Parts: sequence; structure tokens; C-alpha cells
Amino acid sequence: MNLHEYQAKLRFAEFGIPVPRGKVAFNANEAYEIAKELGGVTVVKAQVHSGGRGKAGGVKVAKNPDEAREHASKILGMDIKGHTVNKVLIDPGANIKGEIYLAVTNDRAARKPLIMASSEGGMDIEEVNRTAPEKIKRIHINPLIGLRSYQITELASGINLPHDLWKQFEKIALGLYECYAASDATLCEINPLAVVEEYGQTILKALDGKMTIDGNGLGRHPELEALRDTSEEPQEEITARESDLSYVKLDGQIGCMVNGAGLAMATMDMTAHFGEQYGIGPANFLDVGGGADPEQVAAALRIILSDKNVKTILINIFGGITRCDDVARGIITAMNEVPTQLPIIVRLIGTNQEEGLAIINSANLTNMTGAKTLYEAAQKAVEAVRGAK
Amino acid sequence: MAILVDKNTKLVVQGITGKQGRFHAQQMIEYGTNVVGGVRAGKGGEWVLGKPVFDTVKAAREATGANCSIIYVPAEGAADAILEALDAEIELIVCITEGIPIQDMMKVRAILDTSNSRLIGANCPGLLTPGQAKVGIMPGYIATPGPIGVVSKSGTLTYEAVYALTQRGIGQTTCVGIGGDPINGTSFLDVLQMFEEDPNTEKVVLIGEIGGTDEQKAADFIDKHMTKPVVAFIAGQRAPAGKTMGHAGALVEGNVGTAAEKIEKLKSVGVKVASYPEQIPDLIMQ
Ligand SMILES: Nc1ncnc2c1ncn2[C@@H]1O[C@H](COP(=O)(O)OP(=O)(O)O)[C@@H](O)[C@H]1O
Ligand SMILES: [Mg+2]
Repeated sequence: MNLHEYQAKLRFAEFGIPVPRGKVAFNANEAYEIAKELGGVTVVKAQVHSGGRGKAGGVKVAKNPDEAREHASKILGMDIKGHTVNKVLIDPGANIKGEIYLAVTNDRAARKPLIMASSEGGMDIEEVNRTAPEKIKRIHINPLIGLRSYQITELASGINLPHDLWKQFEKIALGLYECYAASDATLCEINPLAVVEEYGQTILKALDGKMTIDGNGLGRHPELEALRDTSEEPQEEITARESDLSYVKLDGQIGCMVNGAGLAMATMDMTAHFGEQYGIGPANFLDVGGGADPEQVAAALRIILSDKNVKTILINIFGGITRCDDVARGIITAMNEVPTQLPIIVRLIGTNQEEGLAIINSANLTNMTGAKTLYEAAQKAVEAVRGAK
Repeated sequence: MAILVDKNTKLVVQGITGKQGRFHAQQMIEYGTNVVGGVRAGKGGEWVLGKPVFDTVKAAREATGANCSIIYVPAEGAADAILEALDAEIELIVCITEGIPIQDMMKVRAILDTSNSRLIGANCPGLLTPGQAKVGIMPGYIATPGPIGVVSKSGTLTYEAVYALTQRGIGQTTCVGIGGDPINGTSFLDVLQMFEEDPNTEKVVLIGEIGGTDEQKAADFIDKHMTKPVVAFIAGQRAPAGKTMGHAGALVEGNVGTAAEKIEKLKSVGVKVASYPEQIPDLIMQ
């Protein structure tokens, strides 16, 4: 789960990281009021779950409250990489002398946390990573011991940070690691960690913040779960999560219902394989779980049918521990609960598959067809969509 | 012969009194697995399915000589259950539980790396050596003894592949589910090495998916160290970047971990890659 910039920075502040004292506005007038209250130059920043807002025109400096109102009215409603902006952060403008990149993340391949820093932070960090990766200093952290002082020294000297900033940098790096560890985060990123001139002093300040939380860790952080912004997610994905189903919305026409993540991906791949030449593909990824019990199947059906692009449903179940005849009865029960006229292709394989298919075939649901293999099921689903066009 | 589990496996079930644990313990016993006991703190001294229950893994090990443990503990307590089994020096630990926080697994992994134990999973269907031992949740009847080693990140895709093989009369030495989490105990590479060394395994089926670089590392290993033919399937060719596809580990990050990249790498070292799961037996028979 992603946090917004303003949420991440509030969290960072709890771990002793200096951040600007901005506020969130939901309309242009609020932006004006906040800018007036802050006084001086402000920055209006789109709050969406996407990076690269600066380059997309979602971060604008305002010389006075009137300008803040103007910028806010332009940024609100804007689309940034498929995300619609419905709130903006108004931060005090900073006098930036330099931009550092600092982040803690999971290095999956090394199976350890990783801290990264670069003196060339800011909006071009991805370019730096591509063209001059050696400019990003990387240090692995032993998760049992945590981040140590000497490692921060290595980091600071590795990016040629002026000595007079080391003390501040150490405090921020330690805070960021603590924040990561205490939040079940998979990413805590400050970009830029700006070198700022303030009241005649040079200080480090987190002008941007990004945090991603491990979905599996959210259970023990209700305070973070409360920060979830459901306006950033498709409605189907929200409903699916509430029903304990694993669902990802795609843009095709074949609604897929499968047990098991791997098989669900393979089913998506197959429908795309046959449908591609006709512009037909999977409408979703959906794993109904191992047992495929009637209630889960019914919940899954409702979610699939709420997607208006869906023209055909493909049910692909491997009956392992649960028997196919039980699964078939479950599907029929669910069908009665959530009736639909769309063509449905059902493939059942595994324990008692013949009995299962017999139940499907004898249910006299004219829109339901059985299939023996995944190959056949995917082909039939594509044909059904073509017939419906 | 087989790898990891066989007739000599003495299995203790952590979480045997829970719904999942009890159900699958029953299935494993019916399959013929030598289940020697169970563990559930606070239920020591009771009996479940005719097996003694112990308060701790250490006590279970001392009383039964268990050399393998399987974990059906809910996600909140699963990392602790693995650490307990490690502390009791159980040689082989299999964790079925899905949903363990990744930071917990990083800590487990750090301790595992300094121990003599092996962990399979988490978030996996476990192990099945046809005719000898089932340690996990794979449906036993889909498999039959034979010369093919199977290693996979996915449960139902493994069943799909194993069932397809069995129906064509091609049996398996051992089926290994390494799990779909981003950080796990045993990698493709570890299992490939075991199959390479197992005299009864003639060919290997590897079932991977999007996310991470395990399949790419497996390809390097196959290239340098394997004499036995490998057939592969990679799920998630149409998965969008930045979305977790069911398994916590099935996630294309930026452009790292795409199916296309993995398939290309595997093909470049001579691995036959199936376009769909049902094609696996055809490629094995070639
Ligand atoms: N409070 C601020 N004062 C001055 N400049 C800022 C401020 N916040 C951001 N900026 C500038 O805008 C750039 C982009 O903003 P940032 O918050 O990093 O968004 P993104 O990373 O999504 O582009 C920063 O690199 C910085 O140069
Ligand atoms: Mg930024």
C-alpha cells in the first residue's frame, strides 16, 4: 500500500526527520487560506500515488496566496500517469542549495534491507540510476542488527557530503531506517533531501516523501491502514480485498476466475495469447483461493460482473484437495445467487473432474459450456467474446 | 531415491490443533507419511489423530526424534514458528503459511543462513515424494513415482503440471513447491542442484513466475552445472508492472522480473519453455 507524500512526511517527522510544515487542501480556496497562513513563497503539490509529479506539472511554486489558488485550481483534477489529483499539499517554499537522494528499501535478491544515497538527487534520479549508477551509493543492512553509525559514515563520505552536514545526515538516515523497520515498509524514500538555507543556517530537510507498506505487515499497523486512500484504487479491487480475494483489474473482456495465483496468471496469459489478434484479452486477474467455496465464488462473480467491459466469463479450477463435483455444485449455487446471461466457460480438472463437468452440463444453464483443457477453455472464451461483438 | 523427503522422514506438525493443520495432518497420515506428533503451545499432553501433541518443537523432537517439521501456523505467528523449529535444530522445515511480513522473513533468513537447517517456503504447497511421503498440501493422487523432478513457485500450477505428467504415464521423483513469497528459504537453484545430484531424477520441470531474478539465476546454474534436461513454464506474461499478482513475490518492479526476460534467459541456455502448462509433458517426452 502506498502513502501520499504528506502522509509519509508526517510519519518521517515522528522519527525525527525535519520536514516542511505544510497542509493539505481539497479546493483552491483552501489552498489560498493555507498559503496565506504560511506566508511568503509556497509550493503547491499534487497528492497522488505516482512519482514524477514535478515533471508532469504537478508541483508549482507560488509567490503569494493568489498564485497558490491559481496553481491549485489547475493542479486539482489534473491527470498524472492515470491518477486524478483530488488534493494538493501546500508547503512553505524552500531555498534549495542542493538535492540529495536517500532511501531504504528491501533488496529482494540480497534478502536484506538496503540503504541508498546520492548527491545527485531530485527529479532526475532515475536518469542518474540509468546512466551513472555508480553515483548512487548502496549499503546492505543486517536486519538483525539494524543500520550502524559507521555505515552512515560510509554513505556520507561515499556521496561527498560536506562534513558540516554529517551530524544532521546521520540523524535523518537513522530516523529513516527506524521508520522503515517500525512500519513494515518496503520503501521509505526522501527525494529530495534538500540542502536548504534557512535563517542563515544550512540544514537538511525532507521536501518529498514516499512510503510503501508491505500489505502482509499492515495487520499490525492499524494507524497506517487508516491512511489508505481508496480513491486511488479501482472499486473492484477494494471490494475484492474486503472479500479476501486477490484481484487485479485489467482492460480486456474475459472475466477470469481461477484458483491459485500461478494458474490465474497462466489463464490470463492463455486468453491473451488467443485473443490478441482480435483485440481480446483478460479483464482481470482473480484468485478465488484453493477451496473455491460457493461464497467465494459468488463474491468473485459479483466483482467480475461489476466490470462492464466483461463479455464472457472463464472459470478455471483445479480440484485438488477439494473435489471437482463439490466445486461444480458451488459454482451452480453461486450462479443462482448472481444470475447472468453472459457466456460462461467452465474448466474443471483434478479429483472427480468427470462428475464435476457432468454437474455443470446437466444444470441446463444454456449460457454455460464445459471445457476439458485450459487451451480449449481459453479458445472458447475468445470465440464467445467475438460472437458477442 | 528422491530428494528432501522420503520413507525416513519423521514429521512433526506445528499447528496440528488448528483447522488447516488438523485437516492436512490427516491427509498426510492417510498418504502414508510418518507423522510422529504435533506441536501446539498449551496443548502438550493431548492427542490429535492418534498422535501426541507437545508444547514445544524441542520437546517434540526429543520425544519422537523428528527430523522434519511442517508449519500451518497463521501468518502473525509463522515467523516465530520457523525460528522455534530452527532453534530445535530440525533439519528440514516446511512452511505452508501465506502472508508472512517480508521484514519478518528477512530476519528469519539471516538466522537460517547461519544454521544447518533448510527451510522450504513459506507460502508454498510443500513437498511430495510419490509413494513415500507427502509433507504439505499437494493432493497426493495426482502424482506417481517416476523419473521427473518438479520444482515450482506456484501451488495449482504444480498440480496442473504434475497431473498432466501422471496422466501421460510420466512419474515424478519429488515435487517441490518453493513458494511465491519474495524472500523464501530455498531457491530454484538449491533444488536444481539436488535434482542434478539425485540418481533417480532424469529430467526436471521448473515452474516460475514474474518477479525477482530467481529464474534468471536458475538459468545461469542450468547453463554451468546441469547435465539433465530442464523444461520450464513461466506464468504472468501479461501481468502489468507494479501490480502484485496474488503471490507477494509476483510483482514486476520497473522492468525487473518480467516473464519475457525470464523466458528469453531460460531459452538462451537451452531450456525448453512451454507456452502453456498442458504443453509441459509434450516437451518432457521430446
Ligand atoms: N517545498 C519546496 N520548496 C522548493 N522547492 C520544492 C519544494 N518541494 C519540492 N520542490 C522542488 O520540486 C521538485 C519536485 O517535487 P517532488 O516533491 O520531489 O515531486 P516528484 O518527485 O513527484 O517530482 C523537487 O525536486 C524540488 O526541486
Ligand atoms: Mg521527488
